[in-house]
Amino acid sequence: MSAKQVKDTAQEIKEHPMEGLLRMDRMPHIWCSTCGLGTTVTALATAINQLGLDTNKMAVVSGIGCTGRVAGYLKLDSFHTTHGRALPFALGLHISRPDMKVIVFSGDGDLISIGGNHFIHTARRNVDITVICVNNFIYAMTGGQVAPTTPVTAKSSTTPYGCYEHPFNLPRLAASSGATYVARWTALHIRRMTNSFKEAIAKPGFSFVEVIAPCSTLYARLNRLGTGLDLMKFYHDNSVIKHGIEPKDADIDFQSKIVVGKFIDIEKPTYIECLNDANKHVFGDKYKPYGGSDGSY
Amino acid sequence: MKADPRNVLTGANYLDGNHASAEGAIAAGCKFFAGYPITPSTEIAERFARRIPLLGGVFIQMEDELASMNAILGASWGGLKSMTCTSGPGFSLMMENFGLGIMLETPTVLVNVQRGGPSTGLPTLPGQADMMQARWGSHGDYEVIALAPDSPQESFELTIHAFNLSEKYRMPVLVMTDECVGHMTEKVIIPPAEEIELVERKYTDKKPGEAWPYESTNGDIAPMLPVGKGYKFHVTGLTHDYRGYPVINAEAQKLKVKHLVDKINKNVDDIIWIEEKDTDDAEIVMLSYGISSRVMQPAIARARKEGIKVGQIKMVTVWPFAEKRIAELAGKVKSLIMVEMNYGQVFLEMDRIARGRCKTYLAGHAGGTVHKPEDIYQIIKEAAK
Ligand SMILES: Cc1ncc(C[n+]2csc(CCOP(=O)(O)OP(=O)(O)O)c2C)c(N)n1
Repeated sequence: MSAKQVKDTAQEIKEHPMEGLLRMDRMPHIWCSTCGLGTTVTALATAINQLGLDTNKMAVVSGIGCTGRVAGYLKLDSFHTTHGRALPFALGLHISRPDMKVIVFSGDGDLISIGGNHFIHTARRNVDITVICVNNFIYAMTGGQVAPTTPVTAKSSTTPYGCYEHPFNLPRLAASSGATYVARWTALHIRRMTNSFKEAIAKPGFSFVEVIAPCSTLYARLNRLGTGLDLMKFYHDNSVIKHGIEPKDADIDFQSKIVVGKFIDIEKPTYIECLNDANKHVFGDKYKPYGGSDGSY
Repeated sequence: MKADPRNVLTGANYLDGNHASAEGAIAAGCKFFAGYPITPSTEIAERFARRIPLLGGVFIQMEDELASMNAILGASWGGLKSMTCTSGPGFSLMMENFGLGIMLETPTVLVNVQRGGPSTGLPTLPGQADMMQARWGSHGDYEVIALAPDSPQESFELTIHAFNLSEKYRMPVLVMTDECVGHMTEKVIIPPAEEIELVERKYTDKKPGEAWPYESTNGDIAPMLPVGKGYKFHVTGLTHDYRGYPVINAEAQKLKVKHLVDKINKNVDDIIWIEEKDTDDAEIVMLSYGISSRVMQPAIARARKEGIKVGQIKMVTVWPFAEKRIAELAGKVKSLIMVEMNYGQVFLEMDRIARGRCKTYLAGHAGGTVHKPEDIYQIIKEAAK
C-alpha cells in the first residue's frame, strides 16, 4: 500500500460507520473489550440501517446493568430506567406512541430475574415491542453474582462453589408466555443476529432475541475460561443451528452445546389490535380506533 | 387551556370520592391509566376503565404496582397525561419508581387512597399513616407535592389540580386521600368545561440537535423534549447533566439534587394552599388535612361555644408544608394541635417548626375509623389550660 493510499484509508474511517446511530459524544463506552455487547449493538445498528426505518420514530429502553447502558449509547430517543422495569416503561411509551418502534435492550438479570414478571406479562399481552436480551450467564455490572440463567456448576461470586439452581431457558420462557418471534444467537453470529433483529423489529407483536455473550471480566475469569474472545469463539463454535425446534429443547448446560436459531415466528394480534377490535365490537361506530398521543381523536 | 367538553360530566353528580377522582382525571385530559387493583382505591381504576374507551384513551391493568408506576412514566414521555392509583402495600411498591419519576422530571399523578397499615393492615378501613412515606418514601433527597382532599368534591378538584401542578413543575404529584373520602358519596358539582383551567405541557421550541432534556438548574423548570420528533434525547435515573447524560460525581449530584429541591422550595408560595378559619384572634389553632379536617369540626364548635378561641387550618397541600405560616402562628398562639389519623407524622413537622414557641399537641389515632369528636375536644381542653 502506498503512503497516499494509507492516508486515504485513514480519512475514510475518520467517521465511525455507525456514527448516525451512536452517541459519539458519549464515547468511549464503559464496556470491557470482547464482552459481546459491541457486536450486538453493531448488529442492531446495521439492522436498523438495512431496514431503512425512520430513526426519529424509534426509541430504546433499557434497565440497569452493563447491557442496560445500551440506551445511553444509541442515538435514538432513549430511556435508561430502573433495574427490571424497562418493559413496563416501554409498554407505556409504546401505548402512547403506537407509531414508534420501541426496542428494549437489557441483561438477563434485568429482564428475567427482577423484571421476570414484566417479561411474561408483556409477552402474554403481545405488546408490539422488540426485546433484545444479552445473556452473559451472570450479573456483570454488580461484580459477577449468580443469575437466573447461570448454568449448573458455573461459578459466580455468590456461588463460589458452583451454581446448583436450575436455570431458565429464555426462548422457552418467551415462547410459552406468548411471544410471536423468538430467536437465539451468539455474539459472533453477526450476520444471522442482524437478520433476526430485522425480522424481530418488523414483526408486529412481542419479539424476543437472546444473544449469548461472554462476560470477559467476570464470568470468563471466575470460571477460568480464558479471554472474552476465547469464550466468544467457544460459544460460536459450540453452537448448533436448529431452526424451528421446540424451545424446550434449547436448554443450556455449562460449557456445552448451545442450540441457536429462529424458534418461533407466528402471527397473533397485538395488544393494540386486540384493544381496538374488542372496543369496536362493543361500541360499534361510536368507537374511534385508539391512535396514541398523536392519534386522531 | 380549557378542558375538553367531551371529557367533562358537567352538572350535579352524586359520586364517591374515588369516582370523583377518576372524573377529575378524565376532565384534566388524562388518557392513560395503568393500575393494579387494591382496596380501597380500585373504584378509581374501574371508573376510568369504564369511561375511557370512548374518550380516546387507554386503561391497562398491569401485573403489579411496580409495572403500573413505570408504565405511567413511559406514557407521559410518550405525550399522554397519565396516572395510577393505589393503597397501602401498593404505595410501597410504587416508591422506587416514584423516585424515577422525580429524577427524570416526569409529569404524572399518583392517587393513594390511604388505609390502615403497616403491611396488609386494614384493607377496607381508613388511615392517614402514609404521609411520611409520601414525603420520604423513595430513597434519596427530593421534595414532593402532596394534596389531601376532604370530600368527593375536592377529590374531583384536587385531581385536576394535581395534573396541573405535575405539568407545571414537571414531576409526579401525589393525591393523598383515604378510605373515608374515597368511599363517601356526596354531591359533586362539576363545572362546565370552559371553567376548568388546564396547564398544558411545555415542550421545547428549539430544534432537534439544539435542545437537551434538562436545560435548567436551580429550580427553574426546563421544557420537555417530545419523543418521535428527531430530538433523539437520552434520559436516565442515574445522576445526570443538562444533556441527560450520566455524570457520577459530587458536583453533578449537587446540581441535580439542588435543582430537584429548589424546584419546590422556590415556589412554595405558588404551591402551598391552606384554608384558614378564625385564626385572627385564636389562642389555639387546629391543623389538619383530608377527612380529619372535617372530623374535628364538632369538637371545635363545642369548644368555641364554651368561649375557647379556637382557629383552624385545613392543609390542602400537606407537602410542601406551610412552614412560614405555621412559624408565624407559633409565635402568636398558646397551642397548636395536629389532628391526623396516625400517631404523629405531620405533627412532627408542626412541632419542629413551632420550635418551642407554643405548646404543641397531637390528636392522633391508629386508624380504622375516624377520631371521636370527644377525644379531640379533650385535647382542646387540655391545650386551653
Ligand atoms: C432494585 C435494584 N436492585 C439491585 C440493583 C443492583 N444491580 C444493578 S445491575 C444488576 C444486575 C445486572 O445483571 P444483568 O441484568 O444480567 O446485566 P449485565 O450487567 O450482566 O449486563 C444489579 C443486581 C439495582 N440497580 N436496583
